[in-house]
Amino acid sequence: MSTTAESASTPQPTGRALWRRLLGFNLLSAVLLGVGGYYVGWFIGRQIGFEGSFHYQAKTDENDVALLLGYFGGVAGFLIGLGFANYPISRLLGRPPSLREKEGEGIGRYFGLCTDHKVVGIQYLVGIGVFFFVGGLNAMLIRAELLHDTPTIVGPNQYLSVVGIHGSMMMGMMTSGVLGPFANYFVPIMIGARRMAFPRVEALTFWLLMAAGFILVSTIFFGGFPTGWTGYEPLNDQAVMGMDSYICFFALVGISMALLGLNMMATIITMRAPGLTWSRLPIFVWSVFATAILMVLAAPMLIATLLMAALDRTIDTSFFIPGGGGSSYLFQNLFWFFGHPEVYVLALPGFGIVLELLPVFTRKPLWGYRLAVSGMLGVTLLSFFVWQHHLFVSGINADLRPFYMLSTEIISVPTGFIFLCVMGTLWKGRISATVPMLFCLAWAFNFLIGGTSGVVLSDVATDVQLHGSFFVMAHFHYTIMGGLVFSFFAAIYYWVPKMTGLRFNERLAKWHFWLMFISFNSTFLPLFALGIMGMPRRVSSYEPSLQGLNTWVSISAFVLGFSMLIFIVNTVCSMIFARQPAESNRWRSKSIEWQVPTPVPVHNFDQIPTFDSDPYDYGTPPVVGGAQPSAAGA
Amino acid sequence: MSVFAKKVLGVSTAVAVLGVLIGFYIASWATSFPTSVASTFNPSAAGGGTNLTLETVAAIGRKYSPTHPDWVSYLVRSGGKWVHSTIYKVPAYSVVHVTIYQYDSPTGLRNPFLSQVQGTIGGTMTLDGKTVDSINPEEASHTFAVPDLGVFVPLPGVSEEAKNPCEEAPCETSTSDHRTITFSFRTGKKGRYRWQCFVPCGAGYLFGNGGPMQTLGYMGGFLDVV
Amino acid sequence: MSEPNHARRFTTIWVVATVIALPIVIFVLGPLLGQSGSEQASGQRTDMTVLAAVATPIILLVMLYLLYSVIFFRQPTGGALEGPAVRGDARIQTTWIVVTSTIVLGLAVFGTVQLEADYGSGSGNGPTPLTVPSGPKLPVQVIAQQWYFTYRYPTYGGVETPHLVLPVNKMIELNVTSLDIIHSFWAYQLGVKADANPNVNNVAFVKPTKVETFDVRCAELCGIWHGAMHDKGKVVSDGAFNTWIHEQQARFAAATKVLPPYSKTYLPEPTRRGG
Repeated sequence: MSTTAESASTPQPTGRALWRRLLGFNLLSAVLLGVGGYYVGWFIGRQIGFEGSFHYQAKTDENDVALLLGYFGGVAGFLIGLGFANYPISRLLGRPPSLREKEGEGIGRYFGLCTDHKVVGIQYLVGIGVFFFVGGLNAMLIRAELLHDTPTIVGPNQYLSVVGIHGSMMMGMMTSGVLGPFANYFVPIMIGARRMAFPRVEALTFWLLMAAGFILVSTIFFGGFPTGWTGYEPLNDQAVMGMDSYICFFALVGISMALLGLNMMATIITMRAPGLTWSRLPIFVWSVFATAILMVLAAPMLIATLLMAALDRTIDTSFFIPGGGGSSYLFQNLFWFFGHPEVYVLALPGFGIVLELLPVFTRKPLWGYRLAVSGMLGVTLLSFFVWQHHLFVSGINADLRPFYMLSTEIISVPTGFIFLCVMGTLWKGRISATVPMLFCLAWAFNFLIGGTSGVVLSDVATDVQLHGSFFVMAHFHYTIMGGLVFSFFAAIYYWVPKMTGLRFNERLAKWHFWLMFISFNSTFLPLFALGIMGMPRRVSSYEPSLQGLNTWVSISAFVLGFSMLIFIVNTVCSMIFARQPAESNRWRSKSIEWQVPTPVPVHNFDQIPTFDSDPYDYGTPPVVGGAQPSAAGA
Repeated sequence: MSVFAKKVLGVSTAVAVLGVLIGFYIASWATSFPTSVASTFNPSAAGGGTNLTLETVAAIGRKYSPTHPDWVSYLVRSGGKWVHSTIYKVPAYSVVHVTIYQYDSPTGLRNPFLSQVQGTIGGTMTLDGKTVDSINPEEASHTFAVPDLGVFVPLPGVSEEAKNPCEEAPCETSTSDHRTITFSFRTGKKGRYRWQCFVPCGAGYLFGNGGPMQTLGYMGGFLDVV
Repeated sequence: MSEPNHARRFTTIWVVATVIALPIVIFVLGPLLGQSGSEQASGQRTDMTVLAAVATPIILLVMLYLLYSVIFFRQPTGGALEGPAVRGDARIQTTWIVVTSTIVLGLAVFGTVQLEADYGSGSGNGPTPLTVPSGPKLPVQVIAQQWYFTYRYPTYGGVETPHLVLPVNKMIELNVTSLDIIHSFWAYQLGVKADANPNVNNVAFVKPTKVETFDVRCAELCGIWHGAMHDKGKVVSDGAFNTWIHEQQARFAAATKVLPPYSKTYLPEPTRRGG
């Protein structure tokens, strides 16, 4: 692989006065217009939906139409304030196109609409980090309540809202958790492009997600929502106004996901540099591509389902209400048709990051490249055929169950390919136990437990006891948190020094890892036992005999939260105060993003590079006619 | 510290302060309970024990609930006033005498099985002075039920043609039409027992089971047996 | 210095660990992995033990491998050595694909057989179960409502009771339905879980084998009192059951008169917004 890149000038602030900078399309205007838009929508909603047309609103003192229109108006105002309407309107007026916005204005460009994919990547990292923290605080509140076997600290209804906010926030934010920050930043660089295919859409996906997160937290002003992150009907319809916040949140997340996936696919398919064939693509880019396919195909289903739920709540349609001709099964099926590909959206980037980092830290090429790619594509394809395993005991037609048991069991086979590739890459390697590598190894440990517990759940007979219990909680926390979040931190420690040019404090990083790994397992391993002992999910009252185990889990969870605090302290100290420059290629990676200067110039490359191999050119080649096995296949 | 670092620090501090405030707001909302009201000691009642006096109203009114004035609710008598709470403290291993003034109109039980009085002493209740063991399920307006103690008491409603319905809480027996129900039950060991209404009286919500039915302080709460 | 034969060394470690762990998993852990209050629950426990036994060598393989690699395949401190540039091995890959696929297909067949041999293994089969037990069955209807379970016995005059009592060693046909939103009837010691959907009859078969008290919990989030929606049921002898049901019929005679006729599903009024 050969590249040419010269150091380019860093963006300079334009030197305009502060008050002039505040006036215009930026975050401040966005917030003001957002609030204004909210009240406009609310007012329109009150005119439509009150006194007469919707009789129930007088009895319940709640106006769902007003809230939904309010949120709609708020998001529209927010986006207009940021400047997203400028380009379409200026084109409608016949002005020439402007491809790039705000790309040279210093730190201000991080707080508005910027079409530089690198800026969007960092915006995503900070934005998702903040909401991840909010979700984590909710988790601490959940575990504090579960120290007691009856509702003590948190009322039973508020507990359900806290559980719902935790789950929805994590699911909504972490689906873009890797693609948002790291794919946006590095995919164009890795494929030798100067930008993403649709830079403005890229910025839009970020700001939609931020608006969504804010809307979810605002649910507490409207009474919270009692359904948990799955939003099952008919409880969804029965809920107070806070349910609309959830509906709006997930609809915006769905739109953001679909656009993000679309952008990734278009970029990877059309903008690869000369010589970069599909079989030379970095494995991380393959995982992003597979994830993008899932996002584009599954997210629209969620948006449509939530629209139906909103219609049921406002204008009294009966999509999901049995009395009116609808079915409670319809929601479950529609939701999980999205929901299952969604969890693979969470899993696949983890695969990609681990397989991308392992060659660097074992000094060997990636073992089984084609096998890994077929594993990812196999998971992508099969993930659409398994969703009914969430409905095994719900009363679906009994003929279907053996089929979905089979399909769910089979999906563990391509997942197993990834593990074989991990093991093959480790074989006889030269492992350096850097912090990113530690997180990758922890990923393997955690995802193995998570994946195996998934196979246990896929068997219908065992699922009878374990469905809706803490066993399922342990399973998905091991795969999503033990898998994705650990690989997310691996990517942070690996790539953030490149993104910022600053290094982390090594000792704090190691403390973070070990404390997180040990407390994570201490928190979630006993949950398998709690599930087998019969504790249902989403309850704040449980059998008194389970209190000891719950106390242990809660204390471990607090330690886990503390380990996150160590990470935050490390980040703040290293990035803001200490600001030690990082070596330009500390990990001695041969991947292209480490060959360009730091900070990466605005246009990435002065000359588009050409590729002649994949980036895994590590290791001493086998001696001709010698003892090592030949590199057969890929 | 460079200018850059100062700017970032300023913004981060502002964001952190905002975050902490949001955190406190969420936590304080999540951890708010209605006040706990103790039953009053009544040594002269049959079998000793304590008294608990409740009333059910068709609309709680703006004074007690500015955001949801039209919600049905229970109120409890404490210190000579009607208090908007559904958490009651009663002693363990004793008898609780309950008096309920029912001001709301009927909705009808979703499950007519609950029209029979269960779990009270004698298996009966006194309705406007008469001893009964069940009511017409269609006349039920609310129930007082503590499932873990096996107590299910249906409360019949005030007729639709009543001349002086109580419009808004607090309701008084001297001014509005009402039904008076009394019963007694025994408590066992200590614990926090939930109680709830089983009539779908959450008007405007799906199946009548939303809103006040799912909010503490209105149609469900706790019996803290201490 | 010659490289030790890592392949042989690791395989030995793995085989020894598996041989030690398997009996512990099967005989010590196995009985803890499920309940035994009914035929269905015992079948589930066997199923869990089989899955745990199959998972043990696989988990040990990967975990011991990770540990082995981290110990023996290290970069010496400050070193910059490279590993062997091997990109794959067709034989290992093929073996892995064949072995994992076979295990998975075997588990799927085993799971299907286990499921249907026990008439759904305690799960809710929907209105038309795939396999139905022959012979006499005691029908019991589980009515879920916000937020309590009640039970109706159609062959005993349609009496409705607040607690579930079942006779031991008899095949029970549970018809689970809901009066409002989705709940889930979970009888833990009996290994029964069937979602209660409004206007749908969800059939589950169970044959209790032990006289005991069992926990009934709601396993599908149904609102504020979902966690409080639990109860205790009992499995009793035939004679005790007969005594009990007749006593319930006498006690709830007033309520039985006003109940709607027994039906597999109920669509109560109001069907939309209440109050």
